[in-house]
Amino acid sequence: MPERGRFGRYGGQYVPETLVPAIKELERSYRRFRADDEFRSELAGLLKNYAGRPTPLYFAGNMTKKGRGAKIYLKREDLLHGGAHKINNTLGQGLLAKKMGKTRIIAETGAGQHGVATAMACAALGLESEVYMGTEDVERQKLNVFRMKLLGTEVHPVDAGSRTLKDAINEALRDWVTNLTDTYYLIGSVVGPHPYPIMVRDFQSVIGREIAKQSVSTQGAHPDALVACVGGGSNSMGTFYPFLREKGVRLYGVEAGGTGRDHNAATLSYGRTGVVHGMMTYLLQDEDGQTGQTHSVAAGLDYPGVGPEHSYLKDIKRVSYVTVSDEEAVKAFHALAKEEGILPALESAHAVAYAMKLASSMKPDESVAVTLSGRGDKDVQIIGKRSGLEL
Amino acid sequence: MGGDPDPQASVDVAEAVLKGGADIIELGIPFSDPIADGRAVQAAGVRALRSGTKPADVLRIATEVKKARDVPVVVMTYFNPILSRGASAFLDAARRSGVDGVIVPDLPLDEARKFGSAARARGIDSVLLAAPTTGEERMKKIVANTSGFLYLVSVIGVTGAREQLKDSTIRLVKFAKRFTQGKVPLAVGFGISRPEHVRTVIGAGADAAIVGSAIVDRVAAIEGGEDEALGRIEAYVRSLKHATMSP
Repeated sequence: MPERGRFGRYGGQYVPETLVPAIKELERSYRRFRADDEFRSELAGLLKNYAGRPTPLYFAGNMTKKGRGAKIYLKREDLLHGGAHKINNTLGQGLLAKKMGKTRIIAETGAGQHGVATAMACAALGLESEVYMGTEDVERQKLNVFRMKLLGTEVHPVDAGSRTLKDAINEALRDWVTNLTDTYYLIGSVVGPHPYPIMVRDFQSVIGREIAKQSVSTQGAHPDALVACVGGGSNSMGTFYPFLREKGVRLYGVEAGGTGRDHNAATLSYGRTGVVHGMMTYLLQDEDGQTGQTHSVAAGLDYPGVGPEHSYLKDIKRVSYVTVSDEEAVKAFHALAKEEGILPALESAHAVAYAMKLASSMKPDESVAVTLSGRGDKDVQIIGKRSGLEL
Repeated sequence: MGGDPDPQASVDVAEAVLKGGADIIELGIPFSDPIADGRAVQAAGVRALRSGTKPADVLRIATEVKKARDVPVVVMTYFNPILSRGASAFLDAARRSGVDGVIVPDLPLDEARKFGSAARARGIDSVLLAAPTTGEERMKKIVANTSGFLYLVSVIGVTGAREQLKDSTIRLVKFAKRFTQGKVPLAVGFGISRPEHVRTVIGAGADAAIVGSAIVDRVAAIEGGEDEALGRIEAYVRSLKHATMSP
């Protein structure tokens, strides 16, 4: 990295002056604690005993047979406490916030998974938490709103802009800039000003490290390809990062293709460079630089920006970014449910859909690992509505 | 906010503000994600975007305002609308429109260097902000790198009219004045809405007070009847201007 906090030209710290000292303090604290043995062992203990790590790398035999191509493995982040990979990050940042002496945690959430994971980590660590969520997401992810409330979190609906994740982040940033003395902003993805993209990536990299270890011990080699979905991009960044230098491993990030070219949340596929939420990155925007109205059936992918490191990995062509439509994702949801008895989150179903396609084009002695970032319980109503099922 | 509720109304509002005695006009270019702004400016941005206002329209408003009266016009917007057009192209257009300065709240010192020199090379001031959280060393650097004036954010928080000034604001103004004295004018903004606020910050050493949300709130009332609302805005600004002269 030529400049601190930059991935090529992307990243940076595009925040109001008021926040600059706060993110510099965060950067110092993170550097200090990530090298601290006590912090590391405490976090490892929480990941193991509270969150349920390591998660299995499961051989999806039925899907593999159906695909008649490469072996398909599922990295089961959906089995974690809370039902998604988000807890890897909220425990890490929650513990950091506590060490920094912060008492109040704020977070944004799209699908609600990060909000739930924040609520859980904060309850476990004895911290207060409040979560911002767009009103459209509140409506389509009611179950998670209810879960957050039960876990003792205050949920603030955000009725501004597109009423989704990006507006929840705007509001969380405004809260932070107003209350920064006692408040820690726990961002849920590899987005925002430096050091968040690095910090969240580091906390999520446990996914890729486990995949490496597990595939070497069971197959004697790394997978030939890795597939993960990209909204903000935290589960994919965590999956890819430990493999970036392994040139033999092909990496695929799957974006939300929505219903087509004019109605999607595929930032890297259709966006251009912009600055939002404190970072320079690819951005879905109109010709005047207003952020686009995004769409995805998966609330967790419905975001016009993307982590700056992904923008860099796209430009240097280390990762291939592809799209999967709403319809393909829903189909993959049903396929995984019927073939393997697993209900994936609609976000993760995007990765599953692409992995199935990819595996079919590969040889039987090759393998694909796909990160199942979350479970699909939260989406059964949406799926039910689309398939005409009465719940 | 340029284009709130529509571009022509913005020109009228600017004229009312000038008649009331304002010395500099700050004109906003609306952005979809204004993270430094509170409710009032957010709502103004929504109204402006809804009326179809584009960055180029706001630059045209600047030209109109300057035509009516030769006062400095400073444009405030976030970095993305600038970057979207290309910083150089944006600054060229701003210069052609007669814009005297640019304030970009999400472009702090370290990110503003390149943009700042590109602006100054065109004779446009790049105004930096300092905040209550800014320490002594950083304050020195910000003062050395700002041009036109220093925009001192009076409180920890977002923009928006507040009922009372905090005691800490007076200390903050005095602190900042130590660095700006003899170098660059000191203007204080965020939360200032009453004549007594203006009197206090000027009394503490500020060279100017910046009032945004309180005017935007009055613009929001225009819908009822434009002339009446403009008259109220003019009278309001006059009361603020008087406060600068009677410490």
